Amino acid sequence: MWWRNVKSAVFVGLCGLSVLLALVPLAAVLYLVVSEGISSLNLAFFTQMPKPVGETGGGMANAIVGTFILTGLGACWAIPIGVLSGVYVAEYGGSKFASTVRFAADTLNGVPSIVVGIFAYAVFVLPFRQFSALAGSAALGIMMIPIITRTTEELLKLVPPTLREGALALGATRTRAVFTVVVPAALPGILTGILLALARIAGETAPLLFTAFNNRFWSTDIRQPISSLTVQVFTYAISPYEDWHRQAWAGALVLVGLVLTSALLARFATARLERMHRGL
Amino acid sequence: MAKREDWTLRLSTGGFGLLLLMIVAGIGVQLYRESALSIAKFGWSFWTTENWDPVSGEFGALPFIWGTMYSSILALVISTPIALGVAVFTSELAPAWLQRPLVFLTELLAAIPSIVYGLWGIFVLVPLVRQFEVWAPAWLKAFPLFQGPPLGVGMLAAALVLAIMVIPFSSSVAREVLRSVPRAQREAAYALGATRWEAIRTALFFGRTGIIGAVILGFGRALGETMAVTMVIGNTPQISWSLFAPQYTMAAVIANEFTEATEELYLHALVEIGLVLFAMTLVINLLSRALIWAVGREGKRAAVSQPPTLASEGA
Repeated sequence: MWWRNVKSAVFVGLCGLSVLLALVPLAAVLYLVVSEGISSLNLAFFTQMPKPVGETGGGMANAIVGTFILTGLGACWAIPIGVLSGVYVAEYGGSKFASTVRFAADTLNGVPSIVVGIFAYAVFVLPFRQFSALAGSAALGIMMIPIITRTTEELLKLVPPTLREGALALGATRTRAVFTVVVPAALPGILTGILLALARIAGETAPLLFTAFNNRFWSTDIRQPISSLTVQVFTYAISPYEDWHRQAWAGALVLVGLVLTSALLARFATARLERMHRGL
Repeated sequence: MAKREDWTLRLSTGGFGLLLLMIVAGIGVQLYRESALSIAKFGWSFWTTENWDPVSGEFGALPFIWGTMYSSILALVISTPIALGVAVFTSELAPAWLQRPLVFLTELLAAIPSIVYGLWGIFVLVPLVRQFEVWAPAWLKAFPLFQGPPLGVGMLAAALVLAIMVIPFSSSVAREVLRSVPRAQREAAYALGATRWEAIRTALFFGRTGIIGAVILGFGRALGETMAVTMVIGNTPQISWSLFAPQYTMAAVIANEFTEATEELYLHALVEIGLVLFAMTLVINLLSRALIWAVGREGKRAAVSQPPTLASEGA
């Protein structure tokens, strides 16, 4: 018996150890990004344009604006498609077509981001012979859709059926019951899901490499190539210049800050939602 | 009033569902169309030859397939035990107050952008790996697994970064699988006098298909991972068993060479690599979903056929 108890204790210990092993890289990455990033982060980083090679200083103002344009425009494509197909899957979950849509969403979620980039290149860059912010936002939007679809579905299912039944009993059509009662009840959760999806795609690099490309200059024209934080960090990281490495770390810190803030916000929002549902 | 179908809702939302479906199908179709030249010219030999020479128009993708498969498998070998340990600890062993923060932290690992891992890889991990390679004693270097000059960049660094990035995916799925294993399974084990580990092993065994599914899902993630790998693997198309050798992956070659591909055939060759990457992830997702789904169903059936239990486990 003592041997089995020892074995049990050893395995329990190994499980604890693996948690530590998983958290060490997290701590290492966060620590380094913060310590290297903080010292390079200054006002110029947010307000100035990149300096030519050889000159120190400058910032990533154009890349920051570019990232906001790309993710914002991507969200414009993805939110209607994601939310409405989520409503469909939640409402007609039993039907064969709904399972196909759900499966398509899961598949799209697993498609490598670089492949989505090639697709956006073939559809939005090749015909116009021009890299553009539009193509980049399309690639990001495609990556957002499945995340939004699945969150919308999950959250609509959490809405108590009594709410819908109340609306139907009052004579509302199904359309009206869904869009004026069920969806609004789940709206805070859906918005949280959208926030998380935004944070995730704001950190994407691969699908932008040959759609939005990059731009050393200030540009807000969606028909032109545009800079983004992630592509800029990549360009700087693989460059041989010390000052560019410094800026890459600052860019990484801004990216990680964006992601962490939205993850924390989402966590608080979901905790509140869960309390609300338990109260119902 | 008879129950009437509300077509407004069905058609308006269904239309967007159809659009989602068309995007997925469109990816496959477009990738196929844009790789037609390369498929027609090289056929199967594209996947069996090693020669990647854009200048003379010779394209063989074997080194990239090799690099992708080798790095992903190595990443799985490293990450699977850790991911399983994390899943077991967060779902079965950790006290209730610790579970949620731990789950949150492991999920943060998945939230950090790939490019940040890449940056960390270039400036921290690669120098560490190089130190290890310099330090490696001669008897170790006698193995083919550890041959070559100490460059730092290469398969070992890529596999480590990939492993870190895959852990949160497989551990969160494995955790869900463990949760869907009926409590009665563990209680029966305890009732027979099992130790804690033996009870957990029972649960792991019950959910084995789903756990394999979780690992395969992680494999799918590793196959398609681009930026972090591109930044640390060394980007040299060669087939080698050595962990110290710089190599290349399918995603990395697309990321690096796509904008340089001025020849149409070159571009089509790169898209064909993307097409196969797409097909691989498709098959892998299908397989893992089927496995995970099977456990959920089995768990429900087992839970229904057993009476509710009172005792709580692990106390």
